Amino acid sequence: MAYTEEELKKELETKEYEYGFYTDIESDTFPVGLNEEIVRAISRKKEEPEWMTEWRVEAFKAWEQMIEPEWANVTYKKPDFQNISYYSAPKKKDKYNSLDEVDPELLETFNKLGISLDEQKKLAGVAIDVVMDSVSVATTFKKTLAEKGIIFCSISEAIKEHPELVKKYIGSVVPKKDNFYAALNSAVFSDGSFCYIPKGVRCPMELSTYFRINQAGTGQFERTLVIADEGSYVSYLEGCTAPMRDENQLHAAVVELIALEDAEIKYSTVQNWFPGGKDGKGGVYNFVTKRGLCETNAKISWTQVETGSAITWKYPSCILKGDNSVGEFYSIAVTNNYQQADTGTKMIHLGKNTRSTIISKGISAGKSQNSYRGLVQINSRAENARNFSQCDSLLMGNDCGAHTFPYIEAKNKTAQIEHEATTSKIGEDQIFYCNQRGIDTEKAIALIVNGFSKEVLNKLPMEFAVEAQKLLEISLEGSVG
Amino acid sequence: MLKINNLHAGVEGKEILKGINIEVNAGEVHAIMGPNGSGKSTLSSVIAGKEEFEVTEGNILFQGEDVEEFSPEERAHKGIFLSFQYPVEIPGVSVTNFMKTAINETRKAQGLEEMPANEMLKKIREKSELLEIDRKFLSRSLNEGFSGGEKKRNEIFQMAMLEPKLAILDETDSGLDIDALRIVSNGVNRLRSKDNAVVVITHYQRLLDYIVPDFVHVLLDGKIVKSGGAELAHELEEKGYDWIKQEKVSN
Repeated sequence: MAYTEEELKKELETKEYEYGFYTDIESDTFPVGLNEEIVRAISRKKEEPEWMTEWRVEAFKAWEQMIEPEWANVTYKKPDFQNISYYSAPKKKDKYNSLDEVDPELLETFNKLGISLDEQKKLAGVAIDVVMDSVSVATTFKKTLAEKGIIFCSISEAIKEHPELVKKYIGSVVPKKDNFYAALNSAVFSDGSFCYIPKGVRCPMELSTYFRINQAGTGQFERTLVIADEGSYVSYLEGCTAPMRDENQLHAAVVELIALEDAEIKYSTVQNWFPGGKDGKGGVYNFVTKRGLCETNAKISWTQVETGSAITWKYPSCILKGDNSVGEFYSIAVTNNYQQADTGTKMIHLGKNTRSTIISKGISAGKSQNSYRGLVQINSRAENARNFSQCDSLLMGNDCGAHTFPYIEAKNKTAQIEHEATTSKIGEDQIFYCNQRGIDTEKAIALIVNGFSKEVLNKLPMEFAVEAQKLLEISLEGSVG
Repeated sequence: MLKINNLHAGVEGKEILKGINIEVNAGEVHAIMGPNGSGKSTLSSVIAGKEEFEVTEGNILFQGEDVEEFSPEERAHKGIFLSFQYPVEIPGVSVTNFMKTAINETRKAQGLEEMPANEMLKKIREKSELLEIDRKFLSRSLNEGFSGGEKKRNEIFQMAMLEPKLAILDETDSGLDIDALRIVSNGVNRLRSKDNAVVVITHYQRLLDYIVPDFVHVLLDGKIVKSGGAELAHELEEKGYDWIKQEKVSN
């Protein structure tokens, strides 16, 4: 088969969501609606201390006064916040002592996703804190980590076991009134992950979390807090898949990273939530606030591969507070069919000699819209700050769009800011060239897309890079490669 | 090996090839010469199976099979190779990775296992030496930022790696300086055997000093108007295409 625009379009449309299945696990779900009582009930349900309850209530009161933002380059039907259930947890008898006690159907879900805990446990170097509908159900490798003094647990557990750390840092980078969705998350967050790396410790393994939205109509509000103490290092992986749903699911997570003096945090995400059907029906709304704070000489790297969600609204950012601190953002965002993504980053340079790098790769197909939105802000006392930004867009077909919104605010004249942008299209000539060498169209697209995304894929940890590469192929092709 | 019978083909209803007949046997080198716009590149695209061209009459037989129903990649799997006049760039895909994919996809189609890495490496080393290609070149993105000469040399390197039965060299000499021309021709000559065939498509006679053809065909306005031996190319160089045109008119 040779290759025309028409055929490309057709091929892109035939891709079906691979992970569209629903796990039938008994769960404990709150009635729909949101008010102060619900917020208090969530806190009670989670047996939280009073300071946490009050923190949530304060956030809720702030949220009530806020208006949903509309500046993003996306159009969608606003969620009805009173028609969402704000708490859903798989019912459990007691705490699990071993995997054998975990619901077999849940384990089966992980098997379908190819991330069976059994297998993962054996894979040296990866500890997983599995979050399934808000509550962590299994945590592995805890012992190895504990020996180094590393804390890696659910945020609920951290609130109980390490209140001094949580109290000190939660909301310190993303204040509870930061924005509409951050405030909502602060009020109702169900669970999430907590990680603390002590002074001078290099975390010996990649820490990883798999998120999954499961209950129909349940919004998920994850809260992640990662603290790297002075001179420490951690690489954190977050991967997401969700079952197919015919209604929109709201996801509003908050991730806060704190890199103290000389510390380094690498945060990688592969996101594959249900993008909606090819007619644009359903799909996850992903409104996330991710932000990191760098103290002196610290470094934060965000790497993301975004292939899912109907609407994505996400700007992992770095506040380069300390002198000589470094912020990096590497992103691949793929949109197909009716998906809309408005994603990018913010690099806020406050300290002297701060540096930031932004590499953004947007791939649009079908009738999708893909926007890069980035802010580079150089504060007046940020002497010799440097930024390099590169935004590349790849278009497939004639019905999709790529947009770039770079914002630059420089208040110090010693700043050096570079911005490069390119837009290209997968051409019939490229496809024919590959065909002539014996490479079929599907493989040719995969090759071209992977080549386009290479600079970012290279930044991912090895095991994630393979998964991500596969995901790109799945997202853009007629069948699984 | 290749038999083209009364081939009529065009694009968007406009006929470009108006009844071509050529027969190429294993072990032979044919040159197709003609001025700009005579249909040379269309002929190579049609043989390779480029979709935008439509065959309206006649057929192309490759090893006795009508290629009409075969996709471009199937034709490649059967051993048809086209050295492009304007090779495309594929950013981020190294020459090595591209070659590895092409070879393994072809092997897969033939029901063979993937080529073992050490065998691939050996082959890459051997063929890159043949074409005097620096190893560093192989890690660069395919054709991205390549000079005209590098692009063409890379095409012939791919041909050497894929070992096709029939190689069509479309204006391979354009953009080559004299040294590159020597290296490329040398490579092609070394790859010639009694089992494969080469069709050289060119505007100028220059390349044919290095790759000496057994047969020369002159393509004019979509038709082969004259065929002969290597000496025909020299005659063309001396007298120009007008000579043929006049001859054609007087006939």
